Amino acid sequence: MTFEEHKEFPVDSSSLKDVRSFAREVLAKDPLFKNTSDDVVLALAEAAQNIVKHAYNGQPTGDTMRVELSFKDNQLVIDLYDKGKPAIPQNIKPRAVDDIKPGGLGTFFIGQIMDEVTFKTSASDWVNHLIMTKNY
Amino acid sequence: MSYKISEEGNVATVHLDGEIDMDVTEKAKEVIMPLIEAGKEVHLNLKEVQYMDSSGISVLIESHQKAAELGTKVILKEISKSVLKVIMMAKLEQILIIE
Repeated sequence: MTFEEHKEFPVDSSSLKDVRSFAREVLAKDPLFKNTSDDVVLALAEAAQNIVKHAYNGQPTGDTMRVELSFKDNQLVIDLYDKGKPAIPQNIKPRAVDDIKPGGLGTFFIGQIMDEVTFKTSASDWVNHLIMTKNY
Repeated sequence: MSYKISEEGNVATVHLDGEIDMDVTEKAKEVIMPLIEAGKEVHLNLKEVQYMDSSGISVLIESHQKAAELGTKVILKEISKSVLKVIMMAKLEQILIIE
């Protein structure tokens, strides 16, 4: 099985449910994802939330973010693109999980769920490009 | 997200329903925090919460910490399987009060 699906969403917290619905629909196409779909949807939603919260500082914008889900050679790849503030990859760190405080868990969840997370800046037509992969 | 509050004595039970993400965390805090600030013991029933992300988890931590600071407590009740999974992923099952 191989697929590649993509969609753009307004950069806004109200889009997060649509991002999740899109991912759920794509992953529902094959039973291979049945046991991990909820986790993958959470990882994607956390990454999308980070765009709203950090790349745009929660400020209203007319920009969109692009979500791509593809599967090939037993590997699920999620690409997220945005045109927000350029991220500094070395500053993107999960907080220590035993540091009990509100916030900072999203990146930790992404790291727990996905097998590899790569961050690129200066993607063509976009500013930030997050690549998350999970092996099946 | 929708919610329903019932009160009996010093216990306020909040039934949350739906998906709790960044888009609704302010609303969730507006519902829960005044009850804690009023000194109520707050029972959060999460049976009908199908999805919770890190923003929702932050609300649980913040509520727990605020309650402890004010000498009361927030107890999580009937947690749905999907929310419990996220709480455990955050390793909070020993920190938050779960019944």
